[in-house]
Amino acid sequence: MAQVAHDAVTDADLGPFEIEDPELYHPKTFIGKYIWSQDAKVIAVQYGITAIAIGLVALALSILMRLQLGWPDAFSLIQPANYLQFVTMHGMIMVIYLLTALFLGGFGNYLIPLMCGARDMVFPYVNMVSYWVYLAAVLILVASFFVPGGPTGAGWTLYPPQAVVGGTPGTGAGIILMLISLCVFIVGFTMGGLNYVVTVLQARTRGMTLMRLPLTVWGIFMATVLALLAFPALFVSCIMMILDSLIGTSFFMPAMIAEGQQTAYDGGSPILFQHLFWFFGHPEVYIVALPAFGIVSDVLSTHARKNIFGYRMMVWAIVAIGALSFVVWAHHMYVSGMNPYFGFFFATTTLIIAVPTAIKVYNWVLTLWRGNIQLTVPMLFAIGFIFTFINGGLTGLFLGNVTVDLPLSDTYFVVAHFHMVMAVSPVLVVFGAIYHWYPKITGKMLDDTLGKVHFWMTFLGTYAIYYPMHYLGFEGMPRRYYAYGTDTAFMSQSAHTLNEAISIAAIFVAIAQMVFLYNIVRSLTKGKEAGPNPWNATTLEWQTPHTPPRHGNFDELPSVYRWAYDYGVPGAEQDFIPQNVPSEELAAARAKDEGAQGEGKADG
Amino acid sequence: MTAALIFLALLMGVVVWWLVRQTINVKPWVASAPQGIQSGVGFLPPSKLALGVLLAVITSLFALFISAYSIRMEVADWRPLPEPALLWVNTAVLFAASVGLQWAWRGAARENWPAVRRGTAVGAACALAFMIGQLIAWRQLTAAGYLVAGNPANSFFYLLTGLHVLHLLGGLVALMKTGGYVRAQAAAQARTGVELCAVYWHFLFVVWLILFGLLLST
Amino acid sequence: MVFAIALVVLVVGSVAFHILSPWYLTDLASNWGTIDTTISITFWVTGIVFVAVNLFMAYCVYKFRYQKNRRAEYQPENTKLEFWLTAVTAVGVAAMLAPGLIVWADFVTPPDDAVEVEAIGQQWHWSYRLPGDDGKFGNVDARFLTDDNPFGMDPDDPNGQDDRLVESNKVHLLKDQPVKVNLRSKDVLHNFTVTQFRVKMDLVPGLVSYLWLTPTKAGEFEVLCEELCGIGHFAMRGLVIVDEPADYDAWYSSLPTYAEVAARLPGDPVVGQGQYAICVACHGPQGAGLQLLNAPKIAGQEDWYLRRQLNYYKSGARGAHPEDIYGRQMAPMMATLATDQAVENVIAYIQTFPDAPAEATITGNAERGKDLWITCGACHGERGQGIKAMNAPRMAGMTDWYLARQLENFKADIRGKHKDDLYGWQMAQMARILKDDDAVNDVIAYINTLNGAPPGAGDQLAAVGAIHLAAEE
Repeated sequence: MAQVAHDAVTDADLGPFEIEDPELYHPKTFIGKYIWSQDAKVIAVQYGITAIAIGLVALALSILMRLQLGWPDAFSLIQPANYLQFVTMHGMIMVIYLLTALFLGGFGNYLIPLMCGARDMVFPYVNMVSYWVYLAAVLILVASFFVPGGPTGAGWTLYPPQAVVGGTPGTGAGIILMLISLCVFIVGFTMGGLNYVVTVLQARTRGMTLMRLPLTVWGIFMATVLALLAFPALFVSCIMMILDSLIGTSFFMPAMIAEGQQTAYDGGSPILFQHLFWFFGHPEVYIVALPAFGIVSDVLSTHARKNIFGYRMMVWAIVAIGALSFVVWAHHMYVSGMNPYFGFFFATTTLIIAVPTAIKVYNWVLTLWRGNIQLTVPMLFAIGFIFTFINGGLTGLFLGNVTVDLPLSDTYFVVAHFHMVMAVSPVLVVFGAIYHWYPKITGKMLDDTLGKVHFWMTFLGTYAIYYPMHYLGFEGMPRRYYAYGTDTAFMSQSAHTLNEAISIAAIFVAIAQMVFLYNIVRSLTKGKEAGPNPWNATTLEWQTPHTPPRHGNFDELPSVYRWAYDYGVPGAEQDFIPQNVPSEELAAARAKDEGAQGEGKADG
Repeated sequence: MTAALIFLALLMGVVVWWLVRQTINVKPWVASAPQGIQSGVGFLPPSKLALGVLLAVITSLFALFISAYSIRMEVADWRPLPEPALLWVNTAVLFAASVGLQWAWRGAARENWPAVRRGTAVGAACALAFMIGQLIAWRQLTAAGYLVAGNPANSFFYLLTGLHVLHLLGGLVALMKTGGYVRAQAAAQARTGVELCAVYWHFLFVVWLILFGLLLST
Repeated sequence: MVFAIALVVLVVGSVAFHILSPWYLTDLASNWGTIDTTISITFWVTGIVFVAVNLFMAYCVYKFRYQKNRRAEYQPENTKLEFWLTAVTAVGVAAMLAPGLIVWADFVTPPDDAVEVEAIGQQWHWSYRLPGDDGKFGNVDARFLTDDNPFGMDPDDPNGQDDRLVESNKVHLLKDQPVKVNLRSKDVLHNFTVTQFRVKMDLVPGLVSYLWLTPTKAGEFEVLCEELCGIGHFAMRGLVIVDEPADYDAWYSSLPTYAEVAARLPGDPVVGQGQYAICVACHGPQGAGLQLLNAPKIAGQEDWYLRRQLNYYKSGARGAHPEDIYGRQMAPMMATLATDQAVENVIAYIQTFPDAPAEATITGNAERGKDLWITCGACHGERGQGIKAMNAPRMAGMTDWYLARQLENFKADIRGKHKDDLYGWQMAQMARILKDDDAVNDVIAYINTLNGAPPGAGDQLAAVGAIHLAAEE
């Protein structure tokens, strides 16, 4: 640690800081270290590997879907029931089991303690259990592929009554396992989420005020708060649907016929389920997006060698988006048959949420303005993210505006929109983040050339998939169709050709991911040594005494003197100053300039 | 969804108010030496904060169930079921459990270990009695022909009471662990444990009052 | 440099794609031009932002590329700039939202002179109901739904007696007449979409939703289900035919009222026996069929299916395609059954035949066929017993060589393509899931193992399938 004593306050004045004994952080056995590990960093990697593994399954499913859509007469193995099962499982895995788990369980676990300057999560044991419960949820989900009838094919929204009664694949064991898996996931997530929230609030090292936190931590923190409050809605709807399915209650199930026969259900409200589902489902979009927003802010700032523009506005935008995300849910239900007068309210709130989101975009771009931009692989992904997110965000203004949603709802426009905004954008951030932090996690750099190949194939490939897809939606091509027939009057013949082209692009993108996986595995042994701080970054995780950081993260907990964005500070020796480096001249100069007022209140 | 929204609005209000206090007039880019020991929320130890967060999650869960209840209630097929009189007795028993733990909490604050033991014992016993009482109430209703799938009112009754009992069961596990600390005279852990359990018990008592009130009034 | 160029190319390419794209909104056929206007407004606002922000970003990436001896500007924030950006964004958002809300207010309030039509969805068909001469719909309830009362009409409601029932996927609308379409589902969620009309709405079992429009162009427009409703979702189509008044009136007066439908006379098997004389040569005295003469088994086939097919032969909806060799033989035979009552009588007589499973003539991989049958069984029943409510005839125990030929006909558009063959289009889509040569044989091999009995109580899959019948209360 550099010199700590400085200014009026010294370490001696601060008193003893730590109660825990760092000796505790040295598990002796392999199993203790890597399997039943309580080290947040190991848990993060466990989360990451599990999430990516199940994500690869979902990727394979998407390719199967594209094969059917591109060449509807070619693959006899893909039957209508299978197709719907692919659609459902692809969506559910990607949204919940990959993105939510990876951002919060993976990046959250790795980065929160390091960036806050903590030794670990506050409750390491609960944190460990959280991972194993998540793994159980994944295994239950996978099990549903092997039961009679297969997994549910009701769409990832699992709308009743079709999720529960005949005519949909997987209405037997498939849907039950899906619902149980979700409940288990939520229980596991709640354990992790408690940790993230309490760690951010209580375990920050000294000097790390809330307004000095890197935006990554802000994003993950707010996403966790959203998730903790929103997942109960999914939990409630899952429990009620399990009861409807297993013992015949009528929470969501109306009086209806199934396969021509009367059912015993009566009076239940399918719309009630949709309200509950989207009460969770819309915040879920931001549960995935906010960590991505945070991470991309830090990656941009680091590689543009410039402070993030408008930090305070960025924090407030994150909080505003989080709060507003709870009052926009019914924009998924404009044409659901709910009271149409709700449309006025939800269209207004939805378009209002565009304002803080736009501010974030402006600030990212303004961070590049007059920066000193290094086009490293993480930076490529970060800028690729901005481009994709602008596109996806703007099409959100079509669907959020209730009138414009009328012709576009349930068409491929929707598919294109949410893939742009919620799949490609966050995934580009995930890749950028992995290229950015892999050197810290493993001590090795990822291969630059392979990384660039991966970026260009992914970035251009996904744009080729989803940009034209919007226009299929304009033409009226409905989503979740197994086949379109060649005699649908309003669909031009060229639309079928376009579908084929999109499928080719999708396969191209899938191949790019193999390049990525190869790079990850190869660099473990063959990668260049990274050193402690290859990007010359300011945040605390780059200032650890060991790379990869050991259990306990720091030898002595760092003290924080500045925010996370001191890049290009005038007069400084280098173009970056780590958060834990005091600078006496600067502090003195500042004290003269600004007076003591700013400093006095800087502490939280 | 009104109940859930009101709860969330309150919660978000608290978060925003707290953030404003944290951030207003702060210039994050100004470097300064750290002051104080730690930057966390000074007034609560991590375990208590964690309990607070957990209670917020559970409140969200019940608020959403209550929202679902009030929406589903509007449909014509809703036939209210008669609440067994036993529920009043159970309410009193759960209140006694809360009182017992409050007693233990006071005892713990004064390191009066016999009082802690008696208090936790009363709390645990009454909680158990409450659960058995709820089970008997279930059986009374089933015997009277109010089956779980018979009517949504019945379904909700079993679901809400069952979920509440499950949460109490979770609390009992934590209480048992605390009992271990008390026996081992591990003062610090015991004190925290008793305190957390007492808060949790009070919380579940309030939740029960709200649920019971809801069931009675509809 | 490369990246900046790539961004510029993507922006320019996207705009060019938008301008040149042959894929765009279909020609409008309703009054909802205002919706198209809101889309244009949104396109202009978002398009400007898209181009401006991305080009600015490309400029930054180029202009501020890394130079070793340069430092980035240190600029934590710029409150004034942020304020103005927020304000401009808010104005842009308002410019999109305001017209949206105005049009939506129009959408939620149907005009007073709108006539009402009810569109009814079920897995995976459409049917329709008109309120009749009294202008009032009769009560309906899911509890009244049976094979004989597919509309779920309350038999005792006087308002319902003159309701006109459209037992068909097709409905006619009057051009330039505002119409409020009430939407009702018999089973799961569906969605009523006519792309050219721009408006759509879900059908929710347990309630009646609505949309309204004024058709402005005569012609035929497809109705699509756009809410995932199960295996047959992609093949759930209907047709809206927008008519000039004369055509509309002709169609309207051809519709039966509910009272007429309820009073339909059953056929007389004794009279039917005489009329069956012409059939006997090919189909055999007991309707067992004869492969030599390409005549399928008809014994055991359900009456409603026979009725539909016989009427198709009569009207030319089936057996008119030049390549349908054996169908063309059947069509003239139908000339002998001139009246509806004659058809009814023959059908009634066929229903008296003893039913023995036809001999299996086709071999295939029944295991694989079982997987393929998952789709078929969704309509034809798990045991191939046929489900009237799904308009899907019995398969089990029928002549397998005939099934094979029909499947091939469906795949080759020889059958099902005629515009009056209501459910044939759907079957043609479904037949296409049998993509390779063996698939047809495999699925028929599996059909040959089915016994056609409805699923028994011991059937595990059906039990988990959660159709809870009469177990409680």
